[in-house]
This record gives sequence, structure tokens and C-alpha cells, in this order.
Amino acid sequence: MKPTLADTDARQGILDRINTKHVDVPPLPDVDVDRVIQFDEPIDKFVEMLAMVGGQAHQVDSQGDVRAVLEEIEVFRTATRIVSLAPESIAGTIDATQIEDPHDLSTVDWTIARGEFMVAENGSIWIDGDTLPHRVLLFIAQYLAIVVPRSQIVSNMHQAYERIENFSARFGVFVSGPSKTADIEQSLVLGAHGCRKLQVFIVGDL
Amino acid sequence: MLPIVQHPAAAKEFVNDPNRSRWHDQALWFVRSKRDKQAASLPEWEYLRETASGIKTHTIANLSHYLQQFERNATARGAVVHWARDAEHHNEIVLRILRDHKTKRIVKSKSMLTEECGLNHYLEDNGIDVVDTDLGERIVQLRGETPSHIVLPAIHIKKEEVGDTFHKHLGTDEGASDPKYLAEAARGHLRDKFLAGEIGITGVNFAIAETGGLVVCTNEGNADLGTSLPRVHIACMGIEKLLPRQRDLGVFTRLLARSATGQPITSYTSHFNGPRDENSELHIVLVDNGRSRLRESETFRAAMHCIRCGACMNTCPVYRRSGGHSYRATVPGPIGSVLSPTRDQNSYKSLPYACSLCGSCSDVCPVKIPLHHQLLAWRGELVGKKLLPVSKRLSMRCASYLFRFPALFRLVGRVGRFALRVLPRWATHNRLNVWTIARELPEPPKESFHQWHRRHRNH
Ligand code: SF4
Repeated sequence: MKPTLADTDARQGILDRINTKHVDVPPLPDVDVDRVIQFDEPIDKFVEMLAMVGGQAHQVDSQGDVRAVLEEIEVFRTATRIVSLAPESIAGTIDATQIEDPHDLSTVDWTIARGEFMVAENGSIWIDGDTLPHRVLLFIAQYLAIVVPRSQIVSNMHQAYERIENFSARFGVFVSGPSKTADIEQSLVLGAHGCRKLQVFIVGDL
Repeated sequence: MLPIVQHPAAAKEFVNDPNRSRWHDQALWFVRSKRDKQAASLPEWEYLRETASGIKTHTIANLSHYLQQFERNATARGAVVHWARDAEHHNEIVLRILRDHKTKRIVKSKSMLTEECGLNHYLEDNGIDVVDTDLGERIVQLRGETPSHIVLPAIHIKKEEVGDTFHKHLGTDEGASDPKYLAEAARGHLRDKFLAGEIGITGVNFAIAETGGLVVCTNEGNADLGTSLPRVHIACMGIEKLLPRQRDLGVFTRLLARSATGQPITSYTSHFNGPRDENSELHIVLVDNGRSRLRESETFRAAMHCIRCGACMNTCPVYRRSGGHSYRATVPGPIGSVLSPTRDQNSYKSLPYACSLCGSCSDVCPVKIPLHHQLLAWRGELVGKKLLPVSKRLSMRCASYLFRFPALFRLVGRVGRFALRVLPRWATHNRLNVWTIARELPEPPKESFHQWHRRHRNH
């Protein structure tokens, strides 16, 4: 869609107004990473923070161990509609790449997604949108599991953004725990609009 | 012209309900305490605040450059960038996009900007069905209210009241007030709305000039669900939301959720670079609505640094007790009291006085806006413009006269101490003296400090 004339006028008006007032300020500051917190045992910190934000961490040696842990979870055993983006860990029952309209994924029980790396300070995991056939998979599934390599971890968000400095996908997200709300009298309820629970598999051999 | 807001009168009902006022106060103090814990967990907290302030100062100074850079890069990624000079223009742009797509059902996630522009009403008047999907916003929408807090829209509503509202609109059990049960009902109700939504509207937490990307932070996942189903995403943002570089997000994502709710980060920090795919559209509406004018003011420019975390509200002793609606503005609390008079001095002239100048807001603000200095500066401007009631102006004039003449000051002191001792109660506690409605007068001291000092100075 082409912008109309009115839009162009508004654009010029706003920029003109800003340009008439020159403001002198110091240059853009940068963060000195030596001055920010780093963890000697980042995995331990990650597990601690993930628990705090309502997620559950599982440390396993190999991808093959993921299934056994999931089978322990009642809502996984009874699930029938599973999308797996980490087939080496677990097979899904729906092939999301064959689905055209994201609305057709509305009844997905579980999504098993792939995480690129963990951030220790806040228990979050970076997910690259290019790994998702539909980005809605992360948000529409009742339950979410993320499989992430044990070796891929940073301490803080400055290092996290350093890692994704040139990321060019159309979408990417830091996920920290399941969706939640405290909008009713500040009582925390897990499972707002996105997943009800989050399982994170920290895998040794990935 | 806007009606004149008298904060004391607007707060009266809330303050006079001791249960609500106290409960509200404690709920917000709880959030403030969680924030303190998170802030204390980072030794570099003050360093981050300073850096954030430096980044914002630089960005706002060079705003024209960064806006154009953002526009270029966002367009290169396939987004359509619109410029809106004010609220009305913004609403027209959004409506035009909806009309172009012949859409009637909108799912909207939290955006204080669209509240500021009154988008919901405008669209509803034009026959569009707008569903607010943030739980708190949905609650206030169903009740026909407005948010009373920028992060916790329904913080003033008790769970029993939410129960009543949901019983009426969503058919939950009568009298049910368990937050878990109610949130589950809302989840089901809103899932249907998400699936039926034809266009998703979101706010924006940060826009990155260098990449042309947008970042939206939510806990509920509503912005993501609302934009990953429909083909069209409209993102509405004030022009002050820009950051120069993607790595600047390292600073701001560390500060935002910790300051807002005491979480280390929001559940979802989503990065949108252009539309979802070749068949989708992303429209970005850049809104001025008074911001470029605010930028011209040396005194108040720093208010443009605000990242809408709400920390200044949670800590404010006046906000906590009087509730967000008493400010009669989209953004309440300390930052609201700074911003509202920049829109209309006369209407909002009482807000800079809804403040004890305790300075707590400036201490918690993650981007170091000198809020209480700005509130004081407003008072100076308003006095200069004779916008205050005569009662206040006259008493200030008397006080300044008194302080200039020591002998007179001493005499009045003596009379005052005498009067406090002898005046009958009806002379001080009556309708003419609002100050004594809920207060007792102090015990008069036997002597003034001046007299005491004279007796003791040789010891
Ligand atoms: S003024 Fe500061 S503390 Fe208040 S909402 Fe804005 S960023 Fe947060």
C-alpha cells in the first residue's frame, strides 16, 4: 500500500519540528561487559532462575533421554497432537510443515521446539524464528518443551545480544517460563494465553 | 477544552474507602518490594540505569536521524511505515488499514499509546469490534472502565468484582472469585477471539533504528498469539520508543521487567523484523501527538525517556492511596503528572501538587528521569502563569512576606502558639478548614526554637 499525501505531510511536519531544535549531548554509551555480572556456574544459575519464573529444567546426557522424561508427565502421555521440531529427541504426531493456515494448529497439545542458547541471569532461551514452520506453534500449544544444547549458554543479556548481533530472521523470541498473568489481585496464575507449562531439556550431546 | 481535573476531589471516593485505599496501597507496595529484590540482585544496577539514561538522551537528541534510519530499515524489511501527527490522525490511519482489508474483528494487545489516542472508542464508533486481549485490559474493557495503571491495568479491581464481571459476560459461576478459575475462563474466552481475529494490533516496547525491527514484551503471550494468526499486524508506537542499536536492548530488557513487576525478564521478549512472510503485512504507525513539542523543553525533555515500566507509580505514596483514576489521564502517577500538563496546563494543573516531593519516583526510575524535580518545576511554571487557585496563591504570598521580616515572624509565632492553646475546637475544626478534616492540630511548644537557642547557645 502506498502512503497517501497526508502521511507524507505529517512525516515532514514531525521531522521539521524535531530538526528546528538542536540538542547537544554526549555520544552513545556502550556497556563495558567487565562491569556486569557473570556466573561461574551459569547452568546452575539458569536452572535456579527457570524455576523462579515457573519453568522446569531437565538435564539429560543425550537427546535420546528426552522421551523418557516426557513420558513421566501425565499431560504428555495423554497428548495426541504433538508437533516436534526436534525429531532427534522425540517424534511428533503432526507435521506442521504440511499445514498452510496457522489456525489449523489451534488444537495442538504439545510443541517441542529447539532453543539456540540459554541466558543464565533470567532463565530465558532464545528461539530463532527460522526454526519454526509457524511461529504460532510456540504460543498456541497447551504445553511447550524446548530442547537446548548444554554448551550453549551466556550469563547475561549483553552477551545474548552479542550472539544474535546479525540475526536476520523475521522473528525471534526470548522465552522465560510459561505464559503467566497476575492481573487478578496480583495472584500469579501460570498459563495465560500461551503455554500452561514449560519444560526445558538441557542436552549434553547436542 | 478539557475539563479541569482537581486531583483531591477526584481521589476523594477512593481515599474515603479505607478498605480499598489500604488494600491498593499494599498491593502496589508488594510489587515495589519485588522490584527492590531484583534491583539488588544486580551489582551493576546503577550502572545500567546510567547507561540507559545516556542511550535515551542521545536518541532523543538525534531523533530525526534515528526515525529516518528506522523507517528506511523497516521498509527494507517489508514493513509499511506511517506517520501520525496526533491522536486523531493515528486513529484515522488505523481505521483506513482496517477498511482496506475489509476487517471488522480486531485483537489488540496492551498499548498505552492506543489508550492515549482513544483508539478503541474511535473504532467502535466506526463499527469495528475491538477485543483487548491482555487479561487486565479485558477486565476493564468488559466493565466499561479504563486502565488505572500502565502495567497493571486492573490493579484497582478486587477479585470478587472480576468474578461478577465474568459471571455477567463470560458465564462463570456466580460468586466465584478464585483467580485461577477466572483466568482459565478468560483463557478459553479469549482463545476464541484470537482464532476469529482478522487483524492484530500491538504496542511496541522498543524499535531498533539500526535493524528496523520491533520488540514487544509480554507475560501472557497475547501479543504473539494476536500477531501470529492473522495476516496483518499493526504496531502503534510513540516516536520516543526508538533505540539506536540492537545491542542497546541488552540494557533495556534487563531493566524493564525488573522495574515493572520484579521479574528478571518478561515471559516473552519478541523481536519482529518485518512482516511474518511474503503474504503478510506489517504496518508501523509512528505517532507524535505532542512529543516533538515536549522535546523542545529543556526542563521536561527527559520525560521522553520513559519506558512505561510503572515503577514510579508503584512507589508513589500518593498514587498508592488515591488510585490511578484520580489522575483522569491515560498515564497516572508521577510520570503522568509530568506529562499531562504538557498536553494541557490548565486542565491538569492540580497534578504536580498530587506529590509529596519525597523523590522516591526518581530513585526507582530505570532511565533516571528526575521526576520530582520536574514536578517541582511544573509548580514554578504554574504559579508564574497564575493557574493556581487564589487560596493557594494568597497564602504563598503571605508566607513569603512573613519570612522576609524577622520581627513580624517572631510575633506571629507567639500569637500562633497562644492561639493553639486557647482556641476552642469549633474554631479550628470546622467546614472552613479542610486541613483539619482528618487531622489534629499539634501541641503548641512552650517556646520557639529562637528562644530555646538563646537560652542554650552559651552551654
Ligand atoms: S517515569 Fe521512569 S519509573 Fe515511571 S514509568 Fe517511566 S520509566 Fe518507569
